[in-house]
Amino acid sequence: MKVSLEQFDKAFENRLRLQIMSVLVANESYDFNSLKELLNVTDGNLASHIKALEKEEYITITKSFVGKKPNTQYAASKLGREAFKKHLEALENLIKQQKL
Amino acid sequence: MKENEIYTELNSIRSLMERSTKFISLSGLSGIMAGVYALIGAWIGYKMVYTDGSGMRFRDVYVNDPLVWLPLFLVAVVVLVLSLATGILLTIRQARKRGENYWNPVSKRLLVSMAFPLITGGIFILILICKGHYGIIASACLVFYGLSLVAGSQFTFTDVKWLGLCQIILGLLAALFPGYGIIFWVIGFGLLHILYGSIMHFKYNQ
Repeated sequence: MKVSLEQFDKAFENRLRLQIMSVLVANESYDFNSLKELLNVTDGNLASHIKALEKEEYITITKSFVGKKPNTQYAASKLGREAFKKHLEALENLIKQQKL
Repeated sequence: MKENEIYTELNSIRSLMERSTKFISLSGLSGIMAGVYALIGAWIGYKMVYTDGSGMRFRDVYVNDPLVWLPLFLVAVVVLVLSLATGILLTIRQARKRGENYWNPVSKRLLVSMAFPLITGGIFILILICKGHYGIIASACLVFYGLSLVAGSQFTFTDVKWLGLCQIILGLLAALFPGYGIIFWVIGFGLLHILYGSIMHFKYNQ
């Protein structure tokens, strides 16, 4: 039991962070506003969790302008994809262990 | 964490991944309406080409006469514009009802992936008209429309792929029987749309 808990990624302890990561893993990239709308969260909340994921180097950020509006695209990095996969595997293992 | 919690967590991740990659506010009703417009259009077209004569129906004009194909072409364009307008309006309404934004990264991807086969097909058909190859226009419409549905289906319901495949098969059959374009047109754009629209409406709208 303890072994599998250690496999859990601290970065994904927060639910919103795990949700952001699931969207980015499923898509090539996603922009800030669409992410905000999809997850139904506030600007500040989303920004702070994105910053945390960025610090872990789980996501990459591309900033550009569409006309005069800033457009920020986020994408999952290779490291982030692996961490996400490991986290899901840990969840699965936990279910399996509880079934035994 | 309890087992139940993990299941809910995994389920929410899965639904989020699906919602972020698939646009599911397409309206089944717009499919039915498109089918109805196509049937009316085909009926008007039929009346233009075939005339009544002493209880027997026969064709006394040919589609390579510009006086005939020009009105037919206009009817087809009107049907296309009406179907698109209805589809767009109903989709926006459906998205609002679900509290979803209709203009999001997924709907953009859906439109772009459908646009390539559609625009290619449109130009190809214009070339066919210019060069006088009227016999395979119905076939080309169905084939390119089917291809664009298959291309777009990865960003929406998988059912759209089946509709696309059926249209492609019908289009190929229409190429084999050049004189019967209108029959394949009625089956593809009319009946298949109504069938597909009804299935979608009852499967996802209820």
